[in-house]
Amino acid sequence: MSSENIVMEQVLVNGLYLGMQYALIALGLTLIFALMNVLNFAHGQLYVVGGFITYIIYGKLGLPFFVAIVASGVTLGLVGAVIEKFLFRPVIRKSVREESTMLLAAAIAFFLDAIILLLFGEKQRGVPKILDGVMNLDFVVIMPYDRILIAALAGSAVVTFILFMQYSKPGRAMRALAQDRIAAQLMGVNVDRYSMIGFALGAMLAGVAGGLLVSIVGVNSGIGGPVSIKAFMMVMIGGAGVISGAIAGGFILGMLESIGLTVLVAYGDLTYLVIFVSLMIFLSIRPQGLMGKPWG
Amino acid sequence: MFVNSFSKYAGLKASLMTAALALTSVHSPITLAANEVLKIGFVGVTSGPAASWGISNQRSMEAGAAIINDNGGVKIGSVTYDLEIVSFDDQKDPKRAIAGMEKMAQENIHYVVGPNVDDGAAAVRPVAEQNDIIYFPYAFPKSLYQKPASNAVLGMVANYQSGPAIYKFLKDNNGVNTVAFIAANESDPLTQRESGVAAAEALGLKVVSKTVTYQVDTTDFSPVIIPIVKLQPDLLVLSGVAPANAPQIIRSARELGFKGLISTETGQDAQVLQEGAGSLANGFISVGGASTPTIRTKNMEAFIARYTEMFGEYNDESNTKVYALEYIVETLKANPAAINNVDEFKKTMDTFSAPNQYLKGDQVLRYVGMSSFGQRRQLSIPLVVNVYNEGKFETLFIAEVD
Repeated sequence: MSSENIVMEQVLVNGLYLGMQYALIALGLTLIFALMNVLNFAHGQLYVVGGFITYIIYGKLGLPFFVAIVASGVTLGLVGAVIEKFLFRPVIRKSVREESTMLLAAAIAFFLDAIILLLFGEKQRGVPKILDGVMNLDFVVIMPYDRILIAALAGSAVVTFILFMQYSKPGRAMRALAQDRIAAQLMGVNVDRYSMIGFALGAMLAGVAGGLLVSIVGVNSGIGGPVSIKAFMMVMIGGAGVISGAIAGGFILGMLESIGLTVLVAYGDLTYLVIFVSLMIFLSIRPQGLMGKPWG
Repeated sequence: MFVNSFSKYAGLKASLMTAALALTSVHSPITLAANEVLKIGFVGVTSGPAASWGISNQRSMEAGAAIINDNGGVKIGSVTYDLEIVSFDDQKDPKRAIAGMEKMAQENIHYVVGPNVDDGAAAVRPVAEQNDIIYFPYAFPKSLYQKPASNAVLGMVANYQSGPAIYKFLKDNNGVNTVAFIAANESDPLTQRESGVAAAEALGLKVVSKTVTYQVDTTDFSPVIIPIVKLQPDLLVLSGVAPANAPQIIRSARELGFKGLISTETGQDAQVLQEGAGSLANGFISVGGASTPTIRTKNMEAFIARYTEMFGEYNDESNTKVYALEYIVETLKANPAAINNVDEFKKTMDTFSAPNQYLKGDQVLRYVGMSSFGQRRQLSIPLVVNVYNEGKFETLFIAEVD
């Protein structure tokens, strides 16, 4: 495609849409890192479980999409709470080495991969469209209505999460934990309780993202690993453990993809090559990411 | 499986088998019978995003073996054998594929189905040749099947064989003049794209786009597909597309206003297309084996029923993958000396012929490949070109590879 054919409005809209879904995926990962200093390699697998729950409830049982999304979020929240209480908490208590939690997270990812394949099979799964029709603004911007709705729902989830973290008591407690765990404990914050709530919330966000996106891209049992990698990229761009950084990282990655896939199309698949090279250069200059603190 | 039959015992049993596979990578189903046991190997990908390819292979072999064992085994020469399928998940990693083939050699297995992808198939070649293993890859590099190589037998129709047939059919019958290609940024799809482009150009078609690629973990294909949609080619070819990606690409293309035909040279699953793209997938052209009710026999129906009973749901990719075990068993029956001697197997391949029990008509099983490889190193799988319509495949045309 020649550059004169590029419709920048379409590129920007695609970038915003991608950014919205990416931000939602990355939020949970960065929350867990902020609270517990845990790199949750199983984040993508939690996303996949959320997708399959929506697939079963909406796609197979025929219940409303909204019910399926709530079920995905609640179920993953419970799964997250159980994982934190019975797996991460004992490991964090007994081991001062950070790699212990990393290995545990990797083990959970492999375990969930096997369980997901066991329960849901190897096939790609999809659900009926939640909205028919396409918005076509004189062929300058084309966007199916269901993508617009999903972007709006993802945006609402992000805003709700930010408000929760900003103004609710658990949100404030978790922010205090993220800033200084020991100081928060000295101020009376129940570390165990809010760590569990935080992990549950992170898992819930992954589940909601999976549930929302199954209506657009479907889901399959092997996609968890690649989703985790992409989520880590966003978190690294924005700054690990910083909520606003994850959102920024999601939008930056979405926009880079959208622009790259359009502008670089004539040169083959250079988009991700360029993104990865840019990320390496960026991290070598600013290893803490855009909004992260150099001291962690 | 959970998706289709929540409480099916058969599905649970299959699930437990899959769990054992996933947790240990290697498993050997226990066979208790008076007959001797003939082990046939499988090395392929049964986990990760491409799991569908290998799992359909493995399950096709297990269902085929179960049918044979239930009927008292297979008589090869004067000995009756029960079949045992020994599987190894290579995770689409060439290093693990080598380990898998070495595992087969340690178990003294001479006939192995797989691997599923180009680099894995190339990687296992030395191990197979050094250990007298005939293997049946689902990978297309010609060097695997041309002399001096002699131990690999292509298990399906290659895209450089099916592509020209499909493009010519569409050119003659649908007036296709312009074509665009899209491929995942991986070795197999990119290789298939190159040969597809060459085939299209050789037919006089105008290739309007051949540089669009995508990552396999793409979560929205709109940005990827828009450059092609704007060109509005008569035909969009999804080179080497995985069943997981096909419905997403089709859906994005159609929603963005693409009006032309869409085709691929890989096998697909009707249910996956139905769930992922619904009626937007109508008209999608793909390649299958004994794939539609109008052309398949009762034996094929029985195979599908057994597969479904064992694993909860059928996978249409097995319409092609049903054949590998059948060829191995029938060739051994034709020359029992080949059971421990792959040179005997190779000799038999030149003259072998047996009825095709899965397709109606007088189709036969035979080894082909003289035109493409200069030696008979390919299974003669009927080139059945399907078109998807409202949840099922319909046969567009059938051709043969020589």
